Amino acid sequence: MSIEIKASDSSGTMTASEVVAANSATVHKTAGRVTVDDPIMCARDVQVFYGDKHAIKNVSLDIARNEVVAMIGPSGCGKSTFLRCLNRMNDTIENCRVEGNITLEGQDIYDKKQDVVQLRARVGIVFQKPNPFPKSIYENVAYGPRIHGLAADRVELDELVQTSLQRAGLWEEVKDRLMQPGTGLSGGQQQRLCIARTIAVNPEVILMDEPCSALDPIASAKIEDLIDELRGNYAIVIVTHNMQQAARVSQRTAYFHLGDLIEVGPTDRIFTNPSQRLTEDYITGRFG
Amino acid sequence: MNKGSGTPVSTRTARQTTALVAATIKRRRRAEARFRWYGRCAVFVGIFFVFMLFFSIVSKGYTAFQQTYVGLDVTYDPALIDPQGNHSAESLAQGDYQAVVKSALRKVFPDIEARADLKQLNALLSDDAGYELQRRVAADSNLIGTSERVWVLGRDNTDMAMKGHIARDETEAGRPLSNRQLDWIDALKSKQLIALRFNSAFFTHGDSREPEQAGIWGAVAGSFFTLIITLLLSFPIGVSAAIYLEEFAKRNRWTDLIEVNINNLAAVPSIVFGLLGLAVFINILGLPRSAPLVGGLVLTLMTLPTIIIASRAAIKAVPPSIREAALGIGASPVQVVMHHVFPLAMPGMLTGTIIGMARALGETAPLLMIGMVAFIVDVPKGFSDPATALPVQVYLWADSPERAFVERTSGAIMVLLAFLLVMNGAAVVLRQRFERRW
Repeated sequence: MSIEIKASDSSGTMTASEVVAANSATVHKTAGRVTVDDPIMCARDVQVFYGDKHAIKNVSLDIARNEVVAMIGPSGCGKSTFLRCLNRMNDTIENCRVEGNITLEGQDIYDKKQDVVQLRARVGIVFQKPNPFPKSIYENVAYGPRIHGLAADRVELDELVQTSLQRAGLWEEVKDRLMQPGTGLSGGQQQRLCIARTIAVNPEVILMDEPCSALDPIASAKIEDLIDELRGNYAIVIVTHNMQQAARVSQRTAYFHLGDLIEVGPTDRIFTNPSQRLTEDYITGRFG
Repeated sequence: MNKGSGTPVSTRTARQTTALVAATIKRRRRAEARFRWYGRCAVFVGIFFVFMLFFSIVSKGYTAFQQTYVGLDVTYDPALIDPQGNHSAESLAQGDYQAVVKSALRKVFPDIEARADLKQLNALLSDDAGYELQRRVAADSNLIGTSERVWVLGRDNTDMAMKGHIARDETEAGRPLSNRQLDWIDALKSKQLIALRFNSAFFTHGDSREPEQAGIWGAVAGSFFTLIITLLLSFPIGVSAAIYLEEFAKRNRWTDLIEVNINNLAAVPSIVFGLLGLAVFINILGLPRSAPLVGGLVLTLMTLPTIIIASRAAIKAVPPSIREAALGIGASPVQVVMHHVFPLAMPGMLTGTIIGMARALGETAPLLMIGMVAFIVDVPKGFSDPATALPVQVYLWADSPERAFVERTSGAIMVLLAFLLVMNGAAVVLRQRFERRW
């Protein structure tokens, strides 16, 4: 069941601080259209609590196929928390409670019958800091297929590792040293290795939690190109602090503020003509 | 405290501030130099005492690795050693080998006649001399009827005289050897029939009331069997407990309570574990007294907290990003632990285990409580044979009145320290070689 949430009226003459005060008191209505026509994932009225802290308030958002959704917002606004709800990485955090409804292809991922292992194979995640296993490059990529039994024999596994590394744009750089430790690569290469490791499991959705924040601009540019290419096969959700990056790689942008999803829309509209004062202030660098 | 320039704080110029700062610098430098000296003194005191420890043990103990042997030209007289005359084992076991030794020694000093003097002369040799001949004949019956030179053990007092531990300027009544005995030793020396040789018996014999026959092998074997039990039990149990508490257990009042108790257990005096072992393993479960099995169980109780604490620290040191990475591509929690956390924490766990084992090896008190302090001559051959352990052997020998046990005590300590150094060295190597840093 999809809920149409209408864009609220522009906040008019209120100052930014008044808006913030108003937001924390009441449930915010998201501006813009949160739904898409053929969503792969749907989040409805998601609430996240860390103990008593209300980290995510009533967020609804659809994720479309073959599209990059960027989530932006100041630190602590809940965008990473929301991202981690999408493949239940929050399960590992004690006293974290998730309410609401998130579906993947129509199935509730928080359903008791949903196996977390299978969910994470379908919804992969790439983290902020490159975190290759302290094993060889080959083993890093082969690990996922191995535990999920995706390759029948060594030949298939070799092929899977190669195509994954090729898709991650790393094959040419590492094909001669597959048996060397993944931790010996440069930061950007490590992050692409992590992406290769994620796509080796052939997920449907890839979540990226500030994948470039620990990288230099050249390595970041490579990752951005890669994201653009991967869009052909996967739905991608990316959290970023870098607004240019969001503008470059994403088709839709969601702006989070203090646990509220303030505004969602096509990226070019959000960055040129935001309907919300908060969004505008953040994008123009007045805070955040 | 504004003791400086006289101008109010708010209107102070940069130059005045600099002057105020400069005034404090000297004091700070002095404090720093003083602190450095405290540190140096502390380190020096530590090194000094370690050196003193080693010096005192080595200087007392190095002679334990040598032992006085007397060269005898023995004749294996069939009349004495083979009473039935048929070379059978039964007959050879009834032989009077002591008589062979006595006659051989008498040949060196043919002019001694009085019974009392002969008794004194024979007292220079160990009881083991006769047994040595018996062993040789038992191994090769062709020796019967032949002659050969055999080096047999001297008695402990002979050994002490050879090593200069018997004061010759003392009155005769004040020392364990008489004037004549000392003269005979000198005579043997001049004939090159008495010598200090490498003390292989020290490393191959079990305990004995006679110092010259006492060795550490029984205690080493006892320690070995005890530690095997300890290792086999404490490593798997400790590591499983650590993994469960770190990776799987929910944080609540119960796990907090368990954590506090594990930390407290690490500080419980070891003799308490000995009492527990006595009450539970021996009195309730009826396991054998003085056995390495029970010793190992008790030391397991004592070592577990050490291993659990070290293993938990090693597991904590594995960065969460590795766990997230594995979880993120769909590894189950057990796979995360088995494929990533456990291998990465292994060096730290092993280091903790080795250090725990080293502590267990040096532990005495709990073993006293379960009867591993008994005087045991036979070298234990299994986990349920009566045994003692190296540090307990040290304790037993230190308690013995004979002068010759002093060097043996120190010798046994040196062996114990060598084992401990090797174990701790292994822990250091393991840590440096395999520990990852992120």
